[in-house]
Amino acid sequence: MQTDLLVKLIPLFPLLGFLINGLGFRRVPNGLIGLIGSLAALASFVCVALLFNGFGGEAQRVLFFEWFSVGNFTVDFAYQIDQLSLIMLLIVTGVGSLIHIYSIGYMHHDHGYGKFMAFLNLFLFFMLLLVMGSNYLIMFIGWEGVGLCSYLLIGFWNKNTSYNNAARKAFVMNRIGDLGFLLGMFMLMGAFGTLEFAGVFEQAAGLPIGDATVVAITMLLFVGAMGKSAQIPLYTWLPDAMAGPTPVSALIHAATMVTAGIYMVVRSNVLYTLAPITLDIIGGIAIATALLAASIGLVQNDIKKVLAYSTVSQLGYMFLGLSVMGYTSGMFHVMTHAFFKALLFLGAGSVIHAMSDEQDIRRMGGLKKYLPITFWTFLIATIAIAGIPPFAGFFSKDEILMHVYQHSKLLWVLGVLGSAMTSFYMFRLLFLTFFGRFRGSEHQREHLHESPLTMTGPLLVLAVLSAIGGFFNVPEALGGSARLGEFLNPIFDLSRKVDPSAFGEMLLTHSEEYMLMGISTGVALFSALAAYVVYVRRADLPESDMVERPILEKVLYNKYYIDEFYETVIVRPVRGLSDAFYSFGEFLIDGIVNGIGWLVRLLSVQFRRVQTGSIGFYVFAMVLSLAVMLWVRFFIRL
Amino acid sequence: MQPTQTPIAVPDIIQLIDLKYYLIISTALFVIGIIGVLTRRNAIIIFMSIELMLNAVNLLLIAFSSYRADPTGQVFVFFIMAVAAAEVAVGLAIIVMIYRNIRSIDVGLLNKLKW
Repeated sequence: MQTDLLVKLIPLFPLLGFLINGLGFRRVPNGLIGLIGSLAALASFVCVALLFNGFGGEAQRVLFFEWFSVGNFTVDFAYQIDQLSLIMLLIVTGVGSLIHIYSIGYMHHDHGYGKFMAFLNLFLFFMLLLVMGSNYLIMFIGWEGVGLCSYLLIGFWNKNTSYNNAARKAFVMNRIGDLGFLLGMFMLMGAFGTLEFAGVFEQAAGLPIGDATVVAITMLLFVGAMGKSAQIPLYTWLPDAMAGPTPVSALIHAATMVTAGIYMVVRSNVLYTLAPITLDIIGGIAIATALLAASIGLVQNDIKKVLAYSTVSQLGYMFLGLSVMGYTSGMFHVMTHAFFKALLFLGAGSVIHAMSDEQDIRRMGGLKKYLPITFWTFLIATIAIAGIPPFAGFFSKDEILMHVYQHSKLLWVLGVLGSAMTSFYMFRLLFLTFFGRFRGSEHQREHLHESPLTMTGPLLVLAVLSAIGGFFNVPEALGGSARLGEFLNPIFDLSRKVDPSAFGEMLLTHSEEYMLMGISTGVALFSALAAYVVYVRRADLPESDMVERPILEKVLYNKYYIDEFYETVIVRPVRGLSDAFYSFGEFLIDGIVNGIGWLVRLLSVQFRRVQTGSIGFYVFAMVLSLAVMLWVRFFIRL
Repeated sequence: MQPTQTPIAVPDIIQLIDLKYYLIISTALFVIGIIGVLTRRNAIIIFMSIELMLNAVNLLLIAFSSYRADPTGQVFVFFIMAVAAAEVAVGLAIIVMIYRNIRSIDVGLLNKLKW
């Protein structure tokens, strides 16, 4: 069948690209590396587009082979193509292709260019596996694989120790989450006897709401999502992950991998609908993460760190949407966020490229006239993320807030507060980077240049998507038809059956909706204005690190001392314990081993004197020994 | 080793000399050999002493074999003689080589191989 072939080809292209660039590392000519890598991603995208085009609305399962079978428990290596995976596939391959193309311009001077492209392709392969798998195990393979690629790419410049530490931190924190995911899978196996999505959800749909097993399963799976999607308490790896090359930050740590947690929750929406308690917990964690990260973002001075905290904060919003069963709104935000956050990161990459690897926004400024394309696209992305209509972020964030408003007014207020902060730190970043006068060194000024076409091209495409991305799902109140919602609808059929009340008609009247939109837009505009006043009118600059800050700002600037807290409470005791075990092992094991060696040497020093080299003595010893043996044999009675 | 076999009559001529004299003479020869090996430093003399010890054993084997009317012992003697001949060939060659190297066959000088 043709669709079968298409489906099988999708992950194959990036894998091929990885094999060619990875195995042929240093042998593939430099000019070809980027071409191969990008073509692999593009070919996947074309396949996905064709698949999307021919998609009839029925979920399809494409079986590769039966992987293993133990008793009644069977795991197939199979892909599932439905509305949800198609949307994710489009995002992953689409944004992924653009970032591959961008990487050609950004990375081609690097020594490890081929390695970089190979890793990007490998990442894409695992990400595709993650979103296409038809059961939790295939998803888990992808889940682990993207974690591995993330590790490899964060530590890509592995000559720098702090980068390696960042990579290790990301990996370890992800592993903590993965453990939760793994335990969740075991519980699924125990409860339903299968890991196949269809089988699990069908059986689960028969259970009552609040079923204890389902609550436990969803909690454990959410721990996995916490790790991958950087929620409290496992979020600290994501800001550190910015050590990797900028395209990596854009692709893995903003657009795709970190949304895996959201995808997983949406995929398991039946289970989560069955567990309102879990959803409440998710909601609490999500809003806390969103606010915490946004407030840290307010005072950071590293262009990528600001974006990283912004990502954490936006991920919080997505989970917030999910927690009130606004699954579509969460997915919608995943999509728009992928557009504008990838754009922001790529724009930041372009700035860093132009500034000769400078990342501190205090030394930028006035880049507007040097990097016009980067500036305009960055501006569009900023407006989009700030939630100002009619750009993408407005629609998706507003939809989330609308769902939240129905659920709890308090959460909504907090959400709006977070969105005010989002708008402020984003415009702060924009103004400090592109407005005012240039604050870098003379040398940097001479070097300023707009990036090559391979880099600006993706920026332009993403800018268009960030601008119009919101129109995929215009709410009815604004005369739209919520097309994405319609499209994704079949995914939630079972959830609707489980808890019909949660999926009822919108309780809000159109005027209420207008009011909510007005408030959030007004707040965003006000914050932007405030940022304008502070950073353009008054031309305030963040102080250098030397200056003593007011206490509140100091806490924010130091990220609430969470890293230090983890260091003291978890890392150091664990390290102390392992040191203790190590020295104990050193003492005991080495004592035994060295002791035996020492004893043997001591004895041998004495005994070797017997070997005199004099033949007469040897013969005498032989005769004497024989005599003794005979004497013992015949004259001693034992 | 063959207790069930009917004993073959031992010829009188052999029984003229009692078995214990054979024992005594072989022990004497063997001890002379040992003492030779222990006390002399000339490699050839040591070699001859070893031959003496071998032949003392041979003599004893023959004596027992005859008195017990069992040919197994004599078969062993042939083996020992064959091996001893081979040993002489190799041993003498070694001694010749030693002589060529150090112009002496005093085993006391061959004490380089030690701790």
